[in-house]
Amino acid sequence: MRRVLGEFALPVFAIAAALLLFGLVAALAGVDPVEVWATLFKGAFGDWFSWQNTLQRAAPLMLTALCVALPARAGLIVIGGEGALVLGGLACAALAHAVPLPDNAAGTVAVCVAGAVAGGLWIMLAGWLRQYRGINETISSLLLAYIAIGIFKHLVEGPLRDPASLNKPSTHALDEGLRIGGIGGSDVHWGLAIGVVACLGLGVWLRATASGFSVRVVGGNPRTAQLVGLPATRLILSACGLGGACAGLAGAVEVAAVHTNANASLIAGYGYAGILVSFIARHNPVAIVPVAILFGGFGAAGSLLQRRVGLPDASVLVLQGIAFVLILASEGLRTVDWKKFGDRMLPEAKTYDTNHDRSAAA
Amino acid sequence: MTADQWIALIAGIVGGALRVGAPFLFVSLGECLTEKSGRINLGLEGVLVLSAMAAFGGAYLTDSAWLGVLVGAVAGALLALLHGLLCSLDRVNDVATGIALMLLGTGLAFYLGKPLIQPQAPQIPAIPLGFWSDNPVVRSALQLNALVPVGVALAVLLWWGFARTRLGLLVRMAGDSAQATRALGYSVSALRIAATTAGGFIAGLGGASLTLFYPGSWNEGISSGQGLIAVALVIFARWSPLRCVGAALLFGGAGAIGPALQSIGIGWGYHLFNTVPYALTLVILVFTCRPGSAAAGSPGELSSTRS
Repeated sequence: MRRVLGEFALPVFAIAAALLLFGLVAALAGVDPVEVWATLFKGAFGDWFSWQNTLQRAAPLMLTALCVALPARAGLIVIGGEGALVLGGLACAALAHAVPLPDNAAGTVAVCVAGAVAGGLWIMLAGWLRQYRGINETISSLLLAYIAIGIFKHLVEGPLRDPASLNKPSTHALDEGLRIGGIGGSDVHWGLAIGVVACLGLGVWLRATASGFSVRVVGGNPRTAQLVGLPATRLILSACGLGGACAGLAGAVEVAAVHTNANASLIAGYGYAGILVSFIARHNPVAIVPVAILFGGFGAAGSLLQRRVGLPDASVLVLQGIAFVLILASEGLRTVDWKKFGDRMLPEAKTYDTNHDRSAAA
Repeated sequence: MTADQWIALIAGIVGGALRVGAPFLFVSLGECLTEKSGRINLGLEGVLVLSAMAAFGGAYLTDSAWLGVLVGAVAGALLALLHGLLCSLDRVNDVATGIALMLLGTGLAFYLGKPLIQPQAPQIPAIPLGFWSDNPVVRSALQLNALVPVGVALAVLLWWGFARTRLGLLVRMAGDSAQATRALGYSVSALRIAATTAGGFIAGLGGASLTLFYPGSWNEGISSGQGLIAVALVIFARWSPLRCVGAALLFGGAGAIGPALQSIGIGWGYHLFNTVPYALTLVILVFTCRPGSAAAGSPGELSSTRS
């Protein structure tokens, strides 16, 4: 119990510190910090309307965070979720345009699967390049994300463009029946349910199944995995494929539930924000749910902050940035030995073990 | 195509390579210096946007373009210093920190830069490289940002520094073997923090060249991921400051093919041309990497080239 409390205390403390710092920033801009905090809370979690906004933003964050968390558990740092998301959205819109689909739930499932497959293959490519060509997955997934965005823009503004979309190039809109609606008539679409189910399901998979455990062994201790003869490459590729499928699904859901067609609004940085959500949740799929909701809330509070207290809309970006930096730093403070830290700043001739795998997944 | 169209196309690409390549040059040199010390800085995107805003603000307030450049570079150095300090804590991942600082830098820049969207600031002077031609298209395309020669000089300086100076050797040693550095009695953390900060300063010059040269204004869409892709540029240049110059021009030129074709009426493939450098970097990696070993020429301590 004490350990669990300890796990929670530092991030909560870091967020409190971030809010405090942000209050200072607001005060420098001549705004009452108390009013800022109240507005932040109101805009994110104050009433049903804010909650809807928050949850709508949290849904894609959960799925893109999984695109980081799953490969990370297998020992890979993948940062190209944005590319998988964009391709997922594109595949969803392209399938709906190219193939006459049944105008019902089966059709919706088909477009979502298309998105998941596109995203899964894209991230699997990064895993394949690592396993077979020795290319670092962090770099290759980033490059692949840029290539995916280029392909997306090319197709959306070219072959797949709906000629009627004049000012903002878009693909043809999805048929009414293919779209994903709100849960119980609210603005919160079923994508949130997909996100939560994916997080919980994959959490259980990692924790309670043999294959999930094998993935964790491969990521946690590659040497052991080799000794007991685990099929590391296959496990790594499945972790990448599943993670990419989640990000691709996020893109498909954004298209089917929010934008109704694929256009440049899809490239909104959810892939990059997902990286931070996953790191803060320490690549634990279940922990991703609350972290994604928290950061969805920060995003949702932005516009109210602008309207109510007159801070620029970018101020919420500042808050997120401060919060992320402090939470990540608190991770380092957890085990810091202040004396050793002081010693390390000074020249010395002792031999430490080189901590090569510090960047590997926790 | 007529001769005029060919000239316009070539002038567009060369001019674009010089213009678009300028920020690429500085971020790649900054990232090169950082990575030589054994650390990766994905936060250069934040550094670039923040320094672009700071440079514009500095130039606007002091009424001097060069003071603005200095302000931008210092702002970039400060954000990079934060990255360096955070990464020297245990258990802090440099990739995640880089992404967080990308968010923080962009956020701060947008927040502080709101009042700067309208006004005009003094600009960095242009060097008219096209003086020999009387074709107005060529003349306007070859207006060279005065920071570009500075960047080239900096690349030569870094190359010479790495090869010939004690400090350069220390940075390379911190990047190649932390153990050897410690054994010789130097602090790895201090060396890496210093290299990261200096890298941020150099990348800050790139930010300045975004806002203080054509088109010369500050807006929130000023960077299209040039900072993030610095990592790819450095791989492309195989960790050599001199090759960074060529890589930056190539990336800039590839980005200019689309607009140049568009200017003569060919709109096809605009976005595909933009992806050429990334695809090319990937192809280079495919040919130079082998499973189980680091990429050719990379610093030994760099986690991002290990697989």
